[in-house]
Amino acid sequence: MTSTQANHPLLRVDNLRIEIPGRRGTLVAVDDISFHIDEGEVLGVVGESGAGKSLTGSAVIGLLEPPCRIAGGEIHFDGRRIDNLPYEQLRRIRGRHVGMVFQDPLTSLNPLYTVGRQLTETILTHNDLSEKGARKRALELLREVGIPAAERRIDQYPHEFSGGMRQRVVIALALCANPRLVIADEPTTALDVSIQAQIITLLKRLCRDHGAAVMLVTHDMGVIAETADRVAVMYAGRIVEVGPVAEVVLRAKHPYTVGLMGSIPLVGHDVERLTQIDGAMPRLDAIPPGCAFNPRCPRAFEPCLRERPELLTVGPVEAACWLHGGTSGGGGGHD
Amino acid sequence: MTESQAQARPAEAPALIEVANLSKLFDVSPPLLNRLLQGSPRALLTAVDRVSFSIPRGKTFSLVGESGCGKSTVARLVVGLHQPSGGRIFFEGRDMADLKSRSEIAPLRKRLQMIFQDPFASLNPRWRVADIVAEPIRAHRLLRDRRDIAVRVGELLQQVGLSPADGVRFPHEFSGGQRQRISIARALASNPEFLVCDEPTSALDVSVQAQILNLMKRLQRELGLTYLFISHDLAVVYHISDIVGVMYLGRLVEWGEAKALFRRPQHPYTRMLLDAIPDLEMTGRARTPVAGEVPSPIAPPSGCHFHPRCPFAEARCRREAPRALATATGEVSCHAVEEGRLPPAVSKTRSKSA
Amino acid sequence: MAVGEEHRGAAGPSLGARLVDGVRRFFDGDIWYSFTRSPVVMVSAAVTVLFIASAVFAPLVAPYDPFDLASIDLLDSSLPPIWMDGGDPRFLLGTDAQGRDMLSAVIYGARISLGVGFASVVFAMLLGISLGLLSGYLGGTVDAVIMRIADVQLTFPAILIALLIDGLARTVLPRDLHGQVWFYVLVLAIGLSFWVQYARTVRGSAMVERSKEYVQAARVIGIPPLVIMLRHVLPNVMGPVLVIATINLAIAVITEATLSFLGVGVPATSPSLGTLVRVGNDFLFSGEWWITIFPGAALAILVLAVNLLGDWLRDALNPKLR
Repeated sequence: MTSTQANHPLLRVDNLRIEIPGRRGTLVAVDDISFHIDEGEVLGVVGESGAGKSLTGSAVIGLLEPPCRIAGGEIHFDGRRIDNLPYEQLRRIRGRHVGMVFQDPLTSLNPLYTVGRQLTETILTHNDLSEKGARKRALELLREVGIPAAERRIDQYPHEFSGGMRQRVVIALALCANPRLVIADEPTTALDVSIQAQIITLLKRLCRDHGAAVMLVTHDMGVIAETADRVAVMYAGRIVEVGPVAEVVLRAKHPYTVGLMGSIPLVGHDVERLTQIDGAMPRLDAIPPGCAFNPRCPRAFEPCLRERPELLTVGPVEAACWLHGGTSGGGGGHD
Repeated sequence: MTESQAQARPAEAPALIEVANLSKLFDVSPPLLNRLLQGSPRALLTAVDRVSFSIPRGKTFSLVGESGCGKSTVARLVVGLHQPSGGRIFFEGRDMADLKSRSEIAPLRKRLQMIFQDPFASLNPRWRVADIVAEPIRAHRLLRDRRDIAVRVGELLQQVGLSPADGVRFPHEFSGGQRQRISIARALASNPEFLVCDEPTSALDVSVQAQILNLMKRLQRELGLTYLFISHDLAVVYHISDIVGVMYLGRLVEWGEAKALFRRPQHPYTRMLLDAIPDLEMTGRARTPVAGEVPSPIAPPSGCHFHPRCPFAEARCRREAPRALATATGEVSCHAVEEGRLPPAVSKTRSKSA
Repeated sequence: MAVGEEHRGAAGPSLGARLVDGVRRFFDGDIWYSFTRSPVVMVSAAVTVLFIASAVFAPLVAPYDPFDLASIDLLDSSLPPIWMDGGDPRFLLGTDAQGRDMLSAVIYGARISLGVGFASVVFAMLLGISLGLLSGYLGGTVDAVIMRIADVQLTFPAILIALLIDGLARTVLPRDLHGQVWFYVLVLAIGLSFWVQYARTVRGSAMVERSKEYVQAARVIGIPPLVIMLRHVLPNVMGPVLVIATINLAIAVITEATLSFLGVGVPATSPSLGTLVRVGNDFLFSGEWWITIFPGAALAILVLAVNLLGDWLRDALNPKLR
């Protein structure tokens, strides 16, 4: 896995399709999405609940829970196809190269072992170190993630830590093996506002220091704006817009992204009424034909009802919208 | 947003709700038997510590703070889900503690309703929507004829943006945002003047949150409602509030007119909260995340509760709890402010110079 | 606005339409789906329904009335089942020592067994649900007192309590009166040993439901506590109660059979399945096995079917296992 050619991204997902078979037929939760993450890059994946963002994150690391299944597409990690690997091999790649941070830090830590033991065990699995060396490394990691009095706290159990501190431990655990990719699924959602800011700052700094790429899955545009380099906006199982974070946040092209950004209240913006997207995201069993967003789209026109748009380059971003189909660049989602 | 839009001091407007020195202690001791056997002492948690504020009719007063600050407990005290351990709550000048019998309480109950946080738990899953919305009407016997009730339920559902035909369906057939609309329709059914909203949008997606916030603002305009709004999201609070109170570990550390408070936050904790708001305008503003976490409310720090996290803390802050000082539009409780040793607040609201 | 026209929708359709809608939702629901997916459960349900139906309609189903002395002929006594030598085509499962048709005796016996079982389950349910609701919703002292009583109750095995109450009734009540009230004594004896389970389950669920926001909303509206308990909390705690009730039915039938086998249950004049087994037991070694085996097998099949049904119901109602 060390053949790092300059010309392929760290993670490449091509035409991924995730299905949930059920007794009323098979639901398509993620429909034909493609994206990539470069070495050391933070890709934000944002969307509302049910958009398929978490499933995408799980699929990438082979942690999709049955009955969900990958029904098509390919996932390449460091140039190597991993979605068809046997479980054991995939597990090894995951352990060695991919770190994970989940929403609820309690479920990622074993309540029966001390924090130090969980860290040293993980370190020993992936590094050729002595027991002592591993413990030293664990201490370093705890200090690095900002745990005060790490020497004392290393022998404590997860329940003795507060929520924010636990999330720090989880981040330390994810970084144990010096992974090249960290998948963070709603890492700040369960935390208080002031702690969220701490964790975002920490995650960002550490990944930069360790050179790890991050796939940051969240519903919180604020977190994305603070952290991500590029952002992919998902809606009803599809990526509707992807591009550099400043472009997407400030000059969104897809009407959904425009609406989403407009619906977020901002401190200092005095508006009587927030921009609102009427209706709700369709359920998986009732995704409309054409563009899935067309019933809620203020700018929908004839082709939107008929045919589903593919991602097309619009200036610095890519957007899946007929408003930008055909015209080369420019256009602007909101004029 | 003109600076000198001299709004009347909120306290001068006639208050619909007034809360004076409200306190709530929870007994978190282990059961009696364990206490006797293990000799462990009684443990009391001060969830709300001498909080005072008043809400003028037709205005929105928001309480904001992190988990464990007691903001939800205040909401539950105001609607009577908890009994206060100390202090008073006045509704139109009447002390609610004076109302003893059911016949005295019932007329007040109609005028004061609550919207809850979790749209999945706040509706009885086995009831049809029409029955849920009609519950206050039936409980207070506002209408007796079945047909009248049905008409009223239909109106209420339309008022919150649903269709009268939705009444026959069950809560699980609706999305989170629609359920919150049903919750609001139920709260409006008894024609209340005062709504307590406990994090009504924090379980919702942002686009749906915008719908609900717009709906709440429209209803306030149309029906002249007064809101007590509880939230941890400062941007939401800024958008919806006339007056904002900031709570930390049971105490109201600062309150004031919303725009003024956000523009010139006084208390170091308010400043910290404002600093923690993610920068969605990509201004590249440097953030200084404040170290530390909220301490356990069972054993809060001495003096000013915020002193262990406060960059301006001195010996006095560790010793004595600060008094409330008048500010331009409200009050603040901070020794550093009183002694004038706090650096001027950096405006967190959008300034043209940025 | 066309509120006037539209309000009929909000008023709700007629009762009939609601019923049809309810039935449609049931057959469309997950429980029915899981039911159709499990042959074992379908067989169990069929067996249970067969037993219940034949018990309810015993006078119509059974070939003879075993209590009608006029129809019994001692000449027909101890006949084997029809497929054996000496079997009489009139008596499918043979006859007992008095010449009663075994099939009819089993059907009538199941009627009594199920009757006692149902009645004691209903009794235990009413008692347990009421105490559990009070305990869980009110909490505090009420809760402490009820739960300590339950703890004490649990230290006695069910059969012991049943024996105690039955024995007490026999000594206190005059002999001939006991002949009339044995049914109530049994129901009381079996039901009293079961209520704790309901009370604990309902208490736990009620405590969970009480803290949910829909109950708080009802309190804010000003609904009195008793109404909240009955209209809001009770319907939402009934799922686990139904599961316990189903499994309890099987245990109640067994307990009744045990008591009857021990001779303290149903009098021999109107035999339940347990009584039949006891009576037949005396003939087992004289070769007339059918007198005890058929009631025994009926009992076993009934209890097994109800138990399987209860297990399935528990899983089907538990969203975590779906």
